[in-house]
Amino acid sequence: MIVDLAIIAVKAFLVLFMVLNLAGVLGWVERKGSALIQDRIGANRASIFGFAGMGLVNTLIADPLKFLTKEDFIPPAGDKLLHTLAPCMALFPALVTFAVIPFGDVLILGDRVINLQVANLNVGILYVFAMGSLGVYGIVIGAWASNNKFSLLGGVRGSAQMISYEVAMGLSVMGVLMVYSTLDLQEIARDQGMLIRELLPAGAAFLQPVIGWLPAWGVFLQPLAFLLFFTAAVAETKRIPFDLPEGESELVAGYHVEYSGGKFLMFFAGESAEVVTAAALVTTLFFGGWQVPYLMRDGFHFPWGSIWLLPHLAVVILQVAAFTLKVLFFCWLQILLRWSVPRFRYDQVMRLGWKMMLPLALLNVVVTALIIVAAQ
Amino acid sequence: MNAATVIFLILATLLVISSLMVVFLRRVVHCAMALVTALLLIAILFISLQAPMVGVLQVMVYAGAIMVLFLFVIMFLNPGVLEQPSVAWWGLAAVLSVLLGAFLVPLFSQYEPGDNPVTSTELFGSPDVLAKSLFGEFVLPFEIASVLLLVAIIGAVVLAKREHGSDGAA
Repeated sequence: MIVDLAIIAVKAFLVLFMVLNLAGVLGWVERKGSALIQDRIGANRASIFGFAGMGLVNTLIADPLKFLTKEDFIPPAGDKLLHTLAPCMALFPALVTFAVIPFGDVLILGDRVINLQVANLNVGILYVFAMGSLGVYGIVIGAWASNNKFSLLGGVRGSAQMISYEVAMGLSVMGVLMVYSTLDLQEIARDQGMLIRELLPAGAAFLQPVIGWLPAWGVFLQPLAFLLFFTAAVAETKRIPFDLPEGESELVAGYHVEYSGGKFLMFFAGESAEVVTAAALVTTLFFGGWQVPYLMRDGFHFPWGSIWLLPHLAVVILQVAAFTLKVLFFCWLQILLRWSVPRFRYDQVMRLGWKMMLPLALLNVVVTALIIVAAQ
Repeated sequence: MNAATVIFLILATLLVISSLMVVFLRRVVHCAMALVTALLLIAILFISLQAPMVGVLQVMVYAGAIMVLFLFVIMFLNPGVLEQPSVAWWGLAAVLSVLLGAFLVPLFSQYEPGDNPVTSTELFGSPDVLAKSLFGEFVLPFEIASVLLLVAIIGAVVLAKREHGSDGAA
């Protein structure tokens, strides 16, 4: 009993620790990455005894120090309680979503089987959407409690945008859920360890040599769903090209105009944590989660028949490393997107969400259903 | 008293407090946030009754969608602080509460809680069971409800369009 509780506590702590740190390091990657893209040097002004560490000192030590020692200003005409609560509401959903994301298969220590996932919910993906839908409150309440017209406009834009893209996001995942027929994220990750040739019906045997060797990852089975989900996930993080709620040229800084110091840092960290969460979700749903192609529980089983056995611990380490690498890749992709694409107009964002992504997601659901019925 | 009872009592107390706050707070946004808190607490109650599906749907539909739209409207209209209701309203509310209590107290006094009122199996409240009953046994009511909602949406769009008829913007 005590040991079980300890294992859960360690897993929860580890995941939270990793996400928060990754969110912090992303701040550095973002600055150096943007500098790389724009042919600048990037953050390099702060140093400790001459050590600037490629700007790492700026982002990991100087920035938080600066934020935390700044004056924490609450607008006198605003709502003090809600103004203080709003940053917590923005940070909380991004952090707790990680509870259901599996970062490895099972770790077997002696006779104890540890599921490498903080909470094994049979409604995992619904939990993700439930927490995602709570993310709106941080923006709306923060915007309202600031008692500022610009921030209120930002809040209104933010809530409309997030609700719109939640619809497209939910429908795009539907196809994935139909293919793997489960809501449990660990099961979805496990099913992606199969090869496509195990799934091909007898009628489609001619495809065997062409795509049969591919792992049954979501991106191969549901390519359209992947594009729609990733776009919607980027829109949910409210970053460029979807940063209408902030929109510096129009709204100063949107919903967080009136935030400074530690509270602004919480909004900022919440955004970074959302980037990590979005990357982890895309990885889990479409890129096999912790799966390494052809790696089974006892080692590699290559499609051409050769087998390379590995000890259990090595397999687990490979899986966790694969998950981390994939998440890092999608974090980097989002940063690349942010610094290469200009901001959309508001009507473009709404048109994309409702008139293009929603019908496409519905079409994907119908086509997937038809194929599944035909294959049975 | 076992752990489940303690958790229930804590949740129930918080739920009653936050529900009272919905009624008695005077700033509309505070009322709405108290209602969100109450809905989240109900979701936790569902989860503690081993129905995570219902709990998660509660968060998603009520706290995540409906209340956000409420807040949206509140922010646009910005009613600020509510007026204190008049004595007549308090009187009416008191009479109605006494009547309601007169009905409820006899009901509750007859109720005897068992030791473990929820007998749950592994599948109770799981997505499988819910989906099978929703799309098997109750598929007709489900479809009728969806048509009803569709009619409501179309009606809302038609009404909204008529008011802004000539300016052409969507």
